[in-house]
Amino acid sequence: MFDSPERLLLGLLTGVAFGVLLQKGRVAKFPVIVGQFILKDWTVAKVMGTAVVVGSLGVYALVASGQAHLHVKPFLLAGVLMGGVCFGVGMAVFGYCPGTGVAACGEGKPDAMVGVLGMLAGALVFVVAFPALQPVIKGLGDMGKLTLPEATGTSPWLWVAALLGVGLAVLVLLISRRKPVANEQHRTDKPGVRVGSSV
Amino acid sequence: MTNPLTMKSWSPYVVGVGIGLLSWLAFATADKPLGISTAFEHTAALGEKAVVPQAEQTNEYFPKKAEQGESPKIGWEWMLVFGVFLGALLSSWLSGDRSNEAVPALWRERFGGSVPVRLVVAFFAGALMIFGARLAGGCTSGHGISGNLQLAVSSLVFTATFFTAAIITALALYGRKGAIHV
Repeated sequence: MFDSPERLLLGLLTGVAFGVLLQKGRVAKFPVIVGQFILKDWTVAKVMGTAVVVGSLGVYALVASGQAHLHVKPFLLAGVLMGGVCFGVGMAVFGYCPGTGVAACGEGKPDAMVGVLGMLAGALVFVVAFPALQPVIKGLGDMGKLTLPEATGTSPWLWVAALLGVGLAVLVLLISRRKPVANEQHRTDKPGVRVGSSV
Repeated sequence: MTNPLTMKSWSPYVVGVGIGLLSWLAFATADKPLGISTAFEHTAALGEKAVVPQAEQTNEYFPKKAEQGESPKIGWEWMLVFGVFLGALLSSWLSGDRSNEAVPALWRERFGGSVPVRLVVAFFAGALMIFGARLAGGCTSGHGISGNLQLAVSSLVFTATFFTAAIITALALYGRKGAIHV
């Protein structure tokens, strides 16, 4: 029923850091999330993309040195596709994702708080309907805990290096076009909002 | 130098690097990927068990998860979610970036300022979202960040699917001119 107190504390501290990062990243805000999906505000993609590039480097190093294991979700095609559609529609209407919805509760937003209650209700529907949902989720087969390197028979480092290369290329591109980027940032900022350290 | 915690926002790249580093920490210290939606599933399952004790026998969910060593519990992931709430509370409080606005401006412009309408829709949209996350096995964190950084095929397909569905939905609801409020 409970993890050890050390593990609970570790989870809490990791979560506090995650919450601070989400709040400072402005991704716990409805116009930023919806703005991403109407293709006007690329904050969500920038945060996620950077996290994936930086994260893959260290996590694959930890796995290679035996200090951690991969935790890959099984590739159940029907579950992933149907889940992706439900998730995308729900997130665009709600205006928050699960993590940023919880962070928006921390900011005091009543719609996020009610949405989080809805999330609990949705999770309950999933748990109660779990037996009936299994054939649906596995309807298009189960390809197991498949990764891109495994699927293609290549080294994970090739992929990590490619991610890093694309990330650095985008960074160089952004720096070389700094002026228009800076102008756009100025235009989309709300009055009175102080912008943090620019990179 | 200004205390970074009193700033209202940081560069998205700084935040992305921070979340990437936090992933290293989560894998190194807890051998866990960052993820949010599992804790909601576990809370709901513990709730079902509390209200309907025989569910542990009648609902296949419980033996199945026990077999996988993933029985619902108040664990690392649950505290992670609680921590996200506290962290955002702390961050918004230190920077004065708090808001009790129930109806976002973009929503008000399109659907009117009714608070009950926004709250009811938020409830059902939140429910649909987490239902989808559990069908797929993860959310923006578990699949979108943690799964993609592990180069998981399921996460790549989920991320492409949910972004496509969300873009179609948002453009249908607000159109590109909704951008004046973004």
